[in-house]
Amino acid sequence: MRRYLAIWFRHLKTDWMTRCKPELKDVPFVMAAPEHGRMVIKAANVAAQEKGIDVDMVVADCRAVLPSLQVLDDKPGLAEKLLNNLAEWCLRYTPVVATHMPDSLLLDISGCAHLWGGEKAYLRDIVTKLRGFGYDARAAIADTIGAAWAVCHYGTVSPIVAHDQQEEAILPLPPAALRLEATTLERLDKLGLYRIADFITMPRKALRRRFGENLLTRLNQALGHEFEALNPIQPAEPYMERLPSLEPIRTASGIEIALKRLLETLCRRLAKEEKGLRRSIFKCYRIDGLVQQIEIGTSSPSRNVMHLFKLFELKIVNIAPALGIEVFTLEASIIEDISPTQDALWNFTEGSNGAAIGELLDRIAGKLGAHSTHRYLPDEHYWPERSMKLAASLSEKPQTGWKVDFPRPIHLLPQPEAIEVSVPMPDYPPMLFIYKGELHNISKADGPERIEQEWWLQQGLYRDYYCVEDDQGARYWLFRSGSYEHGNAQWFIHGFFA
Amino acid sequence: MIMQADRQDIIQQLQREVLSMQKPIKATGQCLETGLWEVEKAFPENTFPLSAVHEFISDSKENAAATNGFMAGLLGQLINKGTAVWVSNKRTIFPPALRNYGIDPERIIFIDLWKQKDVLWAVEEALKCDAVSAVIGELSELSFTESRRLQLAVEQSKVTGFIHRYDPRSENVTACVSRWKISPQPSIMNGSLPGVGFSRWNVQLVKVRNGRPGTWQVEWTAGQFRHITRQTFTISETYKRRAG
Repeated sequence: MRRYLAIWFRHLKTDWMTRCKPELKDVPFVMAAPEHGRMVIKAANVAAQEKGIDVDMVVADCRAVLPSLQVLDDKPGLAEKLLNNLAEWCLRYTPVVATHMPDSLLLDISGCAHLWGGEKAYLRDIVTKLRGFGYDARAAIADTIGAAWAVCHYGTVSPIVAHDQQEEAILPLPPAALRLEATTLERLDKLGLYRIADFITMPRKALRRRFGENLLTRLNQALGHEFEALNPIQPAEPYMERLPSLEPIRTASGIEIALKRLLETLCRRLAKEEKGLRRSIFKCYRIDGLVQQIEIGTSSPSRNVMHLFKLFELKIVNIAPALGIEVFTLEASIIEDISPTQDALWNFTEGSNGAAIGELLDRIAGKLGAHSTHRYLPDEHYWPERSMKLAASLSEKPQTGWKVDFPRPIHLLPQPEAIEVSVPMPDYPPMLFIYKGELHNISKADGPERIEQEWWLQQGLYRDYYCVEDDQGARYWLFRSGSYEHGNAQWFIHGFFA
Repeated sequence: MIMQADRQDIIQQLQREVLSMQKPIKATGQCLETGLWEVEKAFPENTFPLSAVHEFISDSKENAAATNGFMAGLLGQLINKGTAVWVSNKRTIFPPALRNYGIDPERIIFIDLWKQKDVLWAVEEALKCDAVSAVIGELSELSFTESRRLQLAVEQSKVTGFIHRYDPRSENVTACVSRWKISPQPSIMNGSLPGVGFSRWNVQLVKVRNGRPGTWQVEWTAGQFRHITRQTFTISETYKRRAG
């Protein structure tokens, strides 16, 4: 014998809102969302409903009725989230809990109720607890999901339908209790069939022809002639592993062993679910009540025990075990999928193992900070300082080619440094220049290569670049900003050629 | 005479044996086409040693640029569609310029650190990772112990490392396989053409394990090294043809 329990939250969203903001308790308020260019009410609380304001009305009309009406935004997916949380909470009553959109929970309570001392006590316990949270909940128990749902929503007599009594229970209920579509309900209403009892005795053939197969299915499900499957929720198990120790652990090697064991179990689970961790926290609970923790992050999702252990190993010295550690936990706070396709993408370097490089960078970032690692991609600018940009990830590929048409120095000074020069003629390279008090006689020169300011990014003077070689053979990149004509010429050194 | 020849043979064989003992893991199949035949002759077995740490020393900004240029030339041959790691504490290298040395700059991961100690640690970690093609470390001081650690890391992973020491306090003994000093040389233009020619360097191999140190003139021409003999200071026929 199977028994089902249905819970109906009559004001799910508004009750939740009142829980969050207790000051709204007796204030009429609604939750509305835009629909076809107007705000439509998606949920109204009891106080609002007493004033005649209900779901699917337009906010503007309701404001006319009740100017003091408070309108709050309705977040999409809120009901689903709330129901899921409530369903997880209900797992304490039975292992099989399913959500039934938009506002109900269905519980398979077969063989559970006696633990609470019978169905009556069981039902009362659930309902009082939910009402204690502030939810306006109604519940009913029956042999079938359909009957439980029907009695829960429309029942007036008793919330508990005895074994094999579902037919009697649903007979006086309106057809809406069968979970039918709006069009079918309308048709039934038009024909004057206001109760299930009015049409349940009609020939099945006629019902099918007039109202469709669905009515019969629902009817059969409510009566228990047809099986209805529940889709129970899968509670999200946190990615956390726990390891208690028999005796307080005080040594580094002890901590290492614990960490390794935890990592192995966690990574085994991650491997099963094709996931990798991006961030992980290792916590040590000391016997004096304090918690020591170390945290690591990886540049790409990883489930490699050795690699993750190495990342943690660098930080184990930060753990002060004091009198000893009794419990270790390892938690993966950020998880990402690792799919085989991603592995292929990751191998951006042919012939070498990208993952190994990623692990190397993780080690470096773990010890020295992630900001120390740079990789550059070409950027579409002639201005030398802007001709490259930082790559966002290891696998990012250049969208454009690197420019090689003009010589660029192997060393570029972070800031151009002013030099003194002697120039024979305007627009000619200098004959000599003094940089840091040292005189360089120029024997060969190339140029100029004019690079204009990108006015949409920065105002300023253009630069005329010259490659010059002094009589010692050293090669430099000099530029003149401005021109002699305007009297604002100034010379700088910007780089060294090899 | 026969005795003499025998002795030579024995000595050569012993040298080979010593060499094989010093290089417990012989890098097979790895050969660097540097285009520097003359320079490679200085090394044992006439090959540029890979899976080893080379040390470069420079004392001025100009020499540092020339050294980085020469290293980039070698790296361009080594990287071969792989990834290289460039660790430095005061980086001046301009990535777009590396394209001239046959390197896609996006293949290089730059690690910029402040402390020498961190640079050394990062270089060692990178050298231990066999997925990288080459590792370049820019730092000034390198003690014998530290260089020995790098050498041991390299023997495991077969990665080639270049250590560029800029303005070191002293040129102490290290466990590196070679010590180079590169300085810029005036470039030579064809005939009376104006302008700056190809990069030309004075390559000095100060120390080399089991080899013969020497000095060469090397030019970076059209994406490869070219050794300049005294005779080719005047323009060679091939060069004339290439220049058009």
